[in-house]
Amino acid sequence: MIEARVQTARFDAGAAMDALAGTGAGAVASFIGIVRADGDIAYPDRRVTALELEQYPAMTEAALRGLAQTATARFALSGAIVIHRIGRLEAGEPIVLAAAAAPHRAHALDACAFLIDRLKTGAPFWKKQHFADGSAKWVEAKDSDEARAAGWQ
Amino acid sequence: MKIVYFAWVREQIGCDAETAPDGVSTVAEMLVMLRARGGGHAAALADESRLRFALDQLMVKSDAKLGHAQELAIFPPVTGG
Repeated sequence: MIEARVQTARFDAGAAMDALAGTGAGAVASFIGIVRADGDIAYPDRRVTALELEQYPAMTEAALRGLAQTATARFALSGAIVIHRIGRLEAGEPIVLAAAAAPHRAHALDACAFLIDRLKTGAPFWKKQHFADGSAKWVEAKDSDEARAAGWQ
Repeated sequence: MKIVYFAWVREQIGCDAETAPDGVSTVAEMLVMLRARGGGHAAALADESRLRFALDQLMVKSDAKLGHAQELAIFPPVTGG
């Protein structure tokens, strides 16, 4: 079972876990990314009030589906779900869900890390930070994220 | 061929899509042609190391041949998740 979605609305993580549990798995693991108020490490004094998520609509769902398919093959998953939100998200709101079901925990946990690490460098989303002082700035990609994604080669 | 822009590349160029000039064979050549337009194009596309590319929704390097692709996307390194 593979599900890949892009949406503005909040996602129901519980429903996703239930769906994965229903695949006959012995283990379900998940990662949820949250909008952080401390935001950009380059601007530690500026509080982030919201993120604006932009996407390349023609490419995003296919990219997420491709990631889920790769993870399913690599970790012998019985199910994988990736949901990414777009639009304006306030600090504290969930942005992304990556979840995996497998016969045993090691593959489910590894698949979650794989999904989010690869998503961060391979799926066409961009974040713009809106700060409490009214200014805004696009988030810069991090070398550490590239290194983590490359670590799964 | 259509060119689409995203995030700060889109903002600096001032539009989200435009028609590509003809007679260009690679992504890198397209960058040269677009920079020559000056203004926002020159500023946004100045540093290739800050740009990423997709041809018909598949990520490619700048030496990729345009071939018969319908859509070239130019954008910053992605920052989702």
